[in-house]
Amino acid sequence: MVAVFQPGGNMIPEVLTFGRTGFADELLRGALMTVYIAAAAFMLGLFLGQFGAMAKLYGGPISRLVAGFYTTVIRGIPELVLILFLFFAGTRGISAVGQAVGYGPIQVNGTLAAILVLGFVQGAYSTEVFRGAILAVPIGQIEAARAFGMSRFQTFYRIIFPAMLPNAIPGLANLWLSVIKDTSLIVVTGAGGELFQATKTAAGFTKRYFLFYLVSGIIYLVLTLTSNFLLVRLERYVRRSQSKLA
Amino acid sequence: MKRFKTLLIAAAAFAAFSSVAMADIVFGTDAAPYPPFTSQNAAGEWEGWEYEAMLGVCAEMNEKCTMVPIAWDGIIPALLEKKFDGIFGSMAMNDKRKLQINFSEMYYDSTTVVIGPKGGEKNFTPETFNGKTIGIQAGTSNANYVEKYYVPTGAIVKAYKGQDEVNADLLAGRIDFIVADAVALKPFLDSSEGACCDVLGAVPMDVAILGNGVGVGLRKEDTALLEKINAAIKAFANKGGFEALSKKYKLEGLMLTAAKG
Amino acid sequence: MRWEWLPKYLPNLMFGLGITLQILVISVVVGFLLAIPVGLSQVNGSRFSKTIAGGFCSYIRGTPLLTQIWLLYYGIGSLFPLIPGMRENYMWLIRLDAYWYVLLAFTLSFAGYEAEIMRGAFLSVPKGELEAARAFGMNSGKVLRRVWLPSAVLKVLPTLAGEVIGQLKSTPLIFTVPVMDMMSVTSKIRQDTYLTYEPLLFLAAIYLILTFFITRLFAYFESYIPVRR
Repeated sequence: MVAVFQPGGNMIPEVLTFGRTGFADELLRGALMTVYIAAAAFMLGLFLGQFGAMAKLYGGPISRLVAGFYTTVIRGIPELVLILFLFFAGTRGISAVGQAVGYGPIQVNGTLAAILVLGFVQGAYSTEVFRGAILAVPIGQIEAARAFGMSRFQTFYRIIFPAMLPNAIPGLANLWLSVIKDTSLIVVTGAGGELFQATKTAAGFTKRYFLFYLVSGIIYLVLTLTSNFLLVRLERYVRRSQSKLA
Repeated sequence: MKRFKTLLIAAAAFAAFSSVAMADIVFGTDAAPYPPFTSQNAAGEWEGWEYEAMLGVCAEMNEKCTMVPIAWDGIIPALLEKKFDGIFGSMAMNDKRKLQINFSEMYYDSTTVVIGPKGGEKNFTPETFNGKTIGIQAGTSNANYVEKYYVPTGAIVKAYKGQDEVNADLLAGRIDFIVADAVALKPFLDSSEGACCDVLGAVPMDVAILGNGVGVGLRKEDTALLEKINAAIKAFANKGGFEALSKKYKLEGLMLTAAKG
Repeated sequence: MRWEWLPKYLPNLMFGLGITLQILVISVVVGFLLAIPVGLSQVNGSRFSKTIAGGFCSYIRGTPLLTQIWLLYYGIGSLFPLIPGMRENYMWLIRLDAYWYVLLAFTLSFAGYEAEIMRGAFLSVPKGELEAARAFGMNSGKVLRRVWLPSAVLKVLPTLAGEVIGQLKSTPLIFTVPVMDMMSVTSKIRQDTYLTYEPLLFLAAIYLILTFFITRLFAYFESYIPVRR
């Protein structure tokens, strides 16, 4: 291990300090970017997932077909391939829309592209999580809501949605952990500026590959373990009303 | 619940509009560090000969320019998909690329060399590499050169995503030779790690593959921008801008820059 | 859409498919075998082995596979020049192809994910079954071999299809180091032809087909496993 660190008995090598010569601040910025991209993509995924699940469960034949195609294809293709594909195709679409509404070609920067692409992929997975969670809501509750004269929309947002949330939390927690890790895949596009990209730059610059990949592994671990800790608490909180035996 | 939903929409909207960058001209360059031309330093800023050359050329055009990193293997498709306006990334103007995109006037030219262990064979022929492993950066003109001249005579090629990974594996002893740009390998050879290795010599020229120097890559239809950039390169060269940068980065004599006049 | 490149590169793509499948199959089989002792030592080991096995699983599951691959390949590579006598005595180790590093990374990754599932499976075997086995006079090794392990493995099998598909979907990461897998070949085609979409579409289609076949294969196996429902 001695070889990993700077000779001279200094436990923290200069390359891992903050400031102009060290890469600690770049790694930290990368980690924040990872959390930002992951959080935004996760939210976008939740947003798409709600509609996906609604389309799959309550939609007409066409919306069912579209949602089915979306989840099957996205979940059957490796994330890395999807990211490369959507990175090019997605931004072309946005530029085209921008041009159509007279906004001129929109420059989509790497971070935004990363969020959109990861969010789109997340949406397919959250669709399935929501669908499963909704199906686990006792049918009697839904029938009761209908009997009270609630519309389909009211039933969904007042009864089904709150009731299915506890069922969805474990699945969503897994998705959150995987989206944190998936942010590293953006490196194949060269854009994004997240933790893996920062690590790669630092390791290439200093040639200390072992040190930097070890340190970045630890940072990822801190992110995922902290998330895990909070998610367990969150699950306990949303399940407080459920019977312990259920 | 309404609050939850509003939050989602707000977050999505924020994500969508917060980071739409609008700059006058955006240039793409290799995301992997390519010193002394383009790299991001420990303060997270762009630096290097080529980055400063871009700033100089843009100053001549009176334009505000930004540099964005992009994976090298997708840089031409990204240009064609309008992810940025041009490539300012040490791209050699070879025949294959000229079919896809336009190039500005040459702004620098340097040689493709073979780097190997100190004291290696200086008078190499394609047969020298029989059974040896050559590391290259994927998608470069140098990679195409190795495939055409050294693979048929029995060389084993290892393709990497970035030049610094090729260098790392030469250091590790996993590959025997690197075929790369002389200037791009200089910082590596000058460093303490690079003491193992040396430039063995330039490869015989093949203009069709290695190209006639480096130019700014642009989409075929953007002819107005091409003319503007050509004029700016000329103006910056006449000021001695490129030469001053070569002096600053101690690259004089290693590379040819755009001619005056 | 342009597809005229396909016949020319088809042999390379098939070679790449071979590499991808080799890494998938070997890492799944060896990883699964590794997962059994790792899972068991989390349930039944000493405090030391519990910590080691738990830490291993947390690291594998809590960090991106990409950083694990790069730590193994470039990280270990960067240590070679620092070890005196390495070049003289262990040249074969230095020259070890990136293929082996990737294989190791994928095997450890699969072992880490599967060990966590194994751990749950070991815990879910009813205590009564184990007590009954002990009451028959079996020693702890026999209890493990004849009752605990078979019962736990049987519980894990239904989740295996999903885990294998997850592993399949990680295989494009191989292309970030110099190994000619299917993704690397696709990347090479994109560089040679400057096509943005077609090679990726082809690759996506192959992955979809592989996912389909793996799902069917496991469904077929599962129909042979006796389960009381």
